[in-house]
Amino acid sequence: MAKRIDVSGLNVYYGSFRAVEDVNMTIEPRSVTAFIGPSGCGKSTFLRTLNRMHEVIPGARVEGKVTIDGEDLYGQNVDPVAVRRTVGMVFQRPNPFPTMSIYDNVAAGLRLNGVKKKSQLDGIVETSLKGANLWNEVKDRLDRPGAGLSGGQQQRLCIARAIAVEPEVLLMDEPCSALDPISTLAIEDQIAALKEQYTIVIVTHNMQQAARVSDTTAFFNIAGSGKPGKLIEMAPTPKMFSTPSEKATEDYISGRFG
Amino acid sequence: MATTPPDLDKPSTQLGTTRSASGVRLGDRIFRGSSMGAGIFVLVVMAAIGTFLLIRAIPSLTSNESNVLTTQNFDPDNNDWGIAALAYGTLVSSIIALILAVPVAIGIALFISHYAPRRLAVILAYVVDLLAAVPSVIFGLWGLRFLSEHILPIERWINDWFGWIPVFGGSVNSASSLFTAGVVLAIMILPIIAAVCREVFLQVPRAHEEAALALGATRWEMIRTAVLPFGRPGIISATMLGLGRALGETIAIALILSPSYAINASVLEIGGSTFAANIALRFGEIAETGRSALIASGLVLFLITLLVNMGARAVIARRKEFSGASA
Ligand SMILES: Nc1ncnc2c1ncn2[C@@H]1O[C@H](COP(=O)(O)OP(=O)(O)OP(=O)(O)O)[C@@H](O)[C@H]1O
Ligand SMILES: [Mg+2]
Repeated sequence: MAKRIDVSGLNVYYGSFRAVEDVNMTIEPRSVTAFIGPSGCGKSTFLRTLNRMHEVIPGARVEGKVTIDGEDLYGQNVDPVAVRRTVGMVFQRPNPFPTMSIYDNVAAGLRLNGVKKKSQLDGIVETSLKGANLWNEVKDRLDRPGAGLSGGQQQRLCIARAIAVEPEVLLMDEPCSALDPISTLAIEDQIAALKEQYTIVIVTHNMQQAARVSDTTAFFNIAGSGKPGKLIEMAPTPKMFSTPSEKATEDYISGRFG
Repeated sequence: MATTPPDLDKPSTQLGTTRSASGVRLGDRIFRGSSMGAGIFVLVVMAAIGTFLLIRAIPSLTSNESNVLTTQNFDPDNNDWGIAALAYGTLVSSIIALILAVPVAIGIALFISHYAPRRLAVILAYVVDLLAAVPSVIFGLWGLRFLSEHILPIERWINDWFGWIPVFGGSVNSASSLFTAGVVLAIMILPIIAAVCREVFLQVPRAHEEAALALGATRWEMIRTAVLPFGRPGIISATMLGLGRALGETIAIALILSPSYAINASVLEIGGSTFAANIALRFGEIAETGRSALIASGLVLFLITLLVNMGARAVIARRKEFSGASA
């Protein structure tokens, strides 16, 4: 059950600092959208407004409109907790629960949703770990601490944890920045498989990755430090990487930036 | 001072060795020496206390005609004494204190660290720290003057409704009970436990809290999945700190209890005593053997405290790999 996301006139603030200015975009269901852009241009910040994680930072707020399948994400009666159960997230830095075993990490979201049956949990934990390409490495030590895994394994554990609850939208903030090329390819394959069911948004600094996995690419840029980040251009990925309409996009993609 | 340019003729490895031998390694050695010295010093002090207590306790232990461990009475002048009633009173009042204080302290700490608006949190944290510094004699006097009057109806109520449980049975006619002592101890140790727990809860990495929130956890679910498990070793340490204070508390208990040397299953009935209160009350009045017996009881308190702490260490160590220390 994938969902379409519509963003219009979105401004994102940390206190009085405006980090992202006036974003308008549409994210199609059953597609992969990649966000690219220089460090600090607000990709993570913007991504976090799509599951209402931005507002958990003290002083942080959002202006503008985000709808998911027509439903206003920031509407009066919308419970952010319910939003986050539908829109899953993988963070830039791996953050498995250190006090939990590998198994419990993957099962954490399911338990929050009230799944208690051992057989049901077992099945989903296995599918999710396979989905994140981690099953073979950990199947013999599911009861070991999640924090004992390598950085790349931890990130795949976080991916497994996020897909275990079958979110309708999956936000991934540089999910592969800590991974080796083999795991990266495995995750990319997984993303390709997941997009059959989900809407996926991925932030990446890796141009080849954006080119490989995404259907649509959005380029964010920042005019200078202290200035807000802006969405410069958004287009189908092949077009973005061959004939972008903005000069800045072309410069960034071809590495002639700044 | 002008810097001397490195002598380029010398091989660079030698340059490296000279520097580390004179500066870095010396600093390392001093630091290692002094920290090891401090560690050894602590052990020596512990051993010295233990030995002192043991040597001074031996005369009364040898002249005692009753079994030290099982005798409830405490009459060293007639060589009829034991630590059973004291140990019972000490442990029971401390356990009551922990049962009452720990949940409340965790609640206060969570409120300050995760619920209260920033301003209020700062003020509350300050008040809790202040309370932790109130001398125990103040709590004792307050317990004696104020609490004794107001707690009696509560004790009666518990006795009426739960009197069928032996612990709350008996006849309640005075507030000088182990229960009152436990309540006063609970209030005494509450601030220190709350203060330590708050610090621990504030240490929980933001990333772990966000991980829980992003899975769709409510604030309370986030606390249950991320904060409390991460804070568990800290909660245990805080509890031990409080327990240590409760076990050794002297003045407040001495003021509240009307001492009697009998094990009474009911915590609401008058009487009972603790190691520390007993030492304080009796030390001035009794003769040489008596003092020796009091020191023997002090030795037992010392051992109990050691055992409790070792137990807590073991509990913490048992799940060390899951503590998050490596993350
Ligand atoms: N918690 C915060 N409080 C205040 N300002 C913040 C916070 N997080 C990010 N910012 C600021 O918001 C701007 C955008 O940051 P953001 O993390 O979204 O960038 P990014 O595009 O994800 O960068 P990167 O590619 O390095 O991850 C930056 O100027 C950053 O300093
Ligand atoms: Mg980022």
